[in-house]
Amino acid sequence: MYFSAKEMLAQLEGTDKRICDLVIANEIELYNTDRETIFSKLEERYQIMYNSAHDALEKEIRSLSGLTGGSARKMWEYLQRGSMICDNTIIRGAAYALSCLEVNASMGLIVAAPTAGACGILPGSLLTVAEKYDIPHQQVLEALATASGIGQLIVKKATVSGAEGGCQAECGSAASMAAAAITEMLGGTAAQAFDAAAIAMQNIMGLVCDPVAGLVEMPCAKRNASGVANALVSADLALSGIFSEIPFDEVVEAMYKVGKSLPSTLRETALGGIATTPTALAMKEKIYGKQDAASGCTGNCSSCSGCN
Amino acid sequence: MNISMFDILGPIMIGPSSSHTAGAQRLGKAMYNMIADKELTSVHFMLHGSFHLTLRGHGTDRALVGGVLGMNAYDPNLKNSLEIAKERGVEVSFEGADLGDVHPNTVRILAHTSDGQIASLMGSSIGGGNIEITEINGTAAKISGKYPAAIINHFDRLGIISHITSILAINQINIATVLNSRDATGKHAVTMIETEAPITDMVKRELESMTAVKNVVTMDRID
Repeated sequence: MYFSAKEMLAQLEGTDKRICDLVIANEIELYNTDRETIFSKLEERYQIMYNSAHDALEKEIRSLSGLTGGSARKMWEYLQRGSMICDNTIIRGAAYALSCLEVNASMGLIVAAPTAGACGILPGSLLTVAEKYDIPHQQVLEALATASGIGQLIVKKATVSGAEGGCQAECGSAASMAAAAITEMLGGTAAQAFDAAAIAMQNIMGLVCDPVAGLVEMPCAKRNASGVANALVSADLALSGIFSEIPFDEVVEAMYKVGKSLPSTLRETALGGIATTPTALAMKEKIYGKQDAASGCTGNCSSCSGCN
Repeated sequence: MNISMFDILGPIMIGPSSSHTAGAQRLGKAMYNMIADKELTSVHFMLHGSFHLTLRGHGTDRALVGGVLGMNAYDPNLKNSLEIAKERGVEVSFEGADLGDVHPNTVRILAHTSDGQIASLMGSSIGGGNIEITEINGTAAKISGKYPAAIINHFDRLGIISHITSILAINQINIATVLNSRDATGKHAVTMIETEAPITDMVKRELESMTAVKNVVTMDRID
């Protein structure tokens, strides 16, 4: 059992075990399971992540609302043309992330990791790096386990819910998980993996959840694309030997406190941020009709603090 | 608090939202588990707070109905659940409501079955696809759906909890959690048990056969 990065590092001290080994051992002990079952479940999730990361690359998948779709394909074609600013690895990861979100928004099958709104960041980051270095499949599955360990800590001490902590809790957590997973997968130490996670989270501190028309589309899909960039840069920073001066546990606590101090208008209520821009409000009206769109009010005052 | 690695890498679900789609599906599924073999004729949903606001945009309506029809979180038919309900002759209705001091994503579900009974539950989608059932047929509850559960309404009698748990033990059913509360000595009480193994019909009948037991509602694990 572990409740903090500090505890995990202490348990790993003096051993040659990695974060993923600790996560798997913990799972076996607490849930009366075995390695075979765990890896079979990881494989199942890997396949769905892989599929959702690829399904929208060559065909346009439009969302249920009709508002978004086709960005993953644009990014993929841009990558094929070869004249990007960022290198292949990031652009490919961004395309994968966009594809996951487009599949999600069309009521397709995805793996919430840790949530559906951030479901593109971990697959996008992990798949693109694994491809770049031709990482053996077993190690990629182990990297998913590493990622889940970081997620477990965040859920225990903070939150992964946009409604509670803003986008920093969803996309921040996913980027943290991905950064740590990549760092460990490429041979970084557990300490470096936690530093990568801490850096990714610090980069996104305070990010609000302001979904246009309350849908998991804008800015969600593009935030997943940039979340991949965040994860990869954070992993590079850690692997270069740069430390996170503020330890992971403290960064998570800070994220939680920042999240709680965000007004509810900026926590998945679509009552602030880009959700209340003129363009966004026009889109909301187009989908929901004039009356609902105007105020988002259903008359249930005690259940909403939208007027505050 | 235990968190499985698969709580993080999961749920495997139909999008778009783990709270408002997957969580909603599971709340609907709780009702499906509750009415078990009975035939559903109509179902009414009362949604609180942000749950009502996301009704259409996050497919919450389709997810709730899909769950009540027995679909899992990863069933592609969730997308067409409203049409499927119509085809099966199940009437569906939704309304926004103030359900009191509850989690923002809370719903009350009222299911009418062909035997003339109405089953009700209230539950919340608390994030990441996780749920908490807070009321079953008017009785306060605290069920996560991660285990099979039994809600036993009975009179408070000396030794009754021991008798209930013995029945489970004899049937090799290990208890995960147990919650008991009562109105007053000798008055109405409710015991809620989450178990590691499913509670069979035979065990349910054995529990119901106790004179101090009024009724037993059992619910499979909510997937």
